[in-house]
Amino acid sequence: MLTGKIAIVTGGSRGIGKAVARKLASLGADLAVIYAGNQAAAEVVCSDIISEFGVRAIPYRCNVADFTETKSTVEQIKGELGGVDILINNAGITKDKLLAVMSEADYDEVLDVNLKGAFNMIRHCTGIFLRRKGGCIINISSVSGLMGNAGQANYSASKAGMIGLTKSAARELASKSIRCNAIAPGFIATDMTNEINSPLAESIPLKRFGRPEDVAEAAAYLISAEYITGEVLRVDGGLGI
Amino acid sequence: MIFKTVAELIAERTDCDVSVVTPESKFSDLGIDSLDTVELLMNLEDKLGKEIQLESKVETVGELVAFIETL
Repeated sequence: MLTGKIAIVTGGSRGIGKAVARKLASLGADLAVIYAGNQAAAEVVCSDIISEFGVRAIPYRCNVADFTETKSTVEQIKGELGGVDILINNAGITKDKLLAVMSEADYDEVLDVNLKGAFNMIRHCTGIFLRRKGGCIINISSVSGLMGNAGQANYSASKAGMIGLTKSAARELASKSIRCNAIAPGFIATDMTNEINSPLAESIPLKRFGRPEDVAEAAAYLISAEYITGEVLRVDGGLGI
Repeated sequence: MIFKTVAELIAERTDCDVSVVTPESKFSDLGIDSLDTVELLMNLEDKLGKEIQLESKVETVGELVAFIETL
């Protein structure tokens, strides 16, 4: 289904990003796995993908919050894999604090990685999409960006921002066959949610945390759904109903 | 030289005769919107082999050519 397509997944060394990378590879896509710090994990993700699915997979170290670094990384990917067809903006961090004690750095770092990181990647991939006359962008937002969450003012602001970014990109690029959608995961069992002990978790209608693979399925669907753009798809067990 | 390249690209893109494109032609009159202009620049980058960072808005083919000639 995705044979011959080239996909970038940011934050691809673990959690949701890893599951999405593996899913796209299982469908035949070649993968650029961007990671911030965990080189060993990113290398394992890539070597597993290569041996299990027989596609190309290369890890790239890149701080997505850095405009020039993302530019050179995207150019490197274009040079080594031959282009970009699919961009999954998944890289994200949390610095949860109550508003009254949240530092400026806590706020800025989360916005820089989550929101500006997505912008940076879209910014540098759009030229490639335009030249290739098509592309598909998926921003991994969060149900926190739709509903808000106490203790996550920075994170929900960044994730709500990603939804605005998604909708503007979708409108702006639709005429060039470039689609942009967002996924809003709820509580997904990953390293990021390890320590979550929120009363919200008990209120999930489907009564369980999601799996990274649940999000990966949604990403694969949105890539295949050629008439869907500017959409926000909740993958949250009903949490955001 | 650059005008010829630009005119040919526009003619190809809009499916019109290259003689229709003059330095005075407005992109909007040629049926080229702002995103088309960006796409046109990408094609020009590929043809001319240099990076074009267009900061200001250009309305006519001549303005675009003049800008590229300053690079």
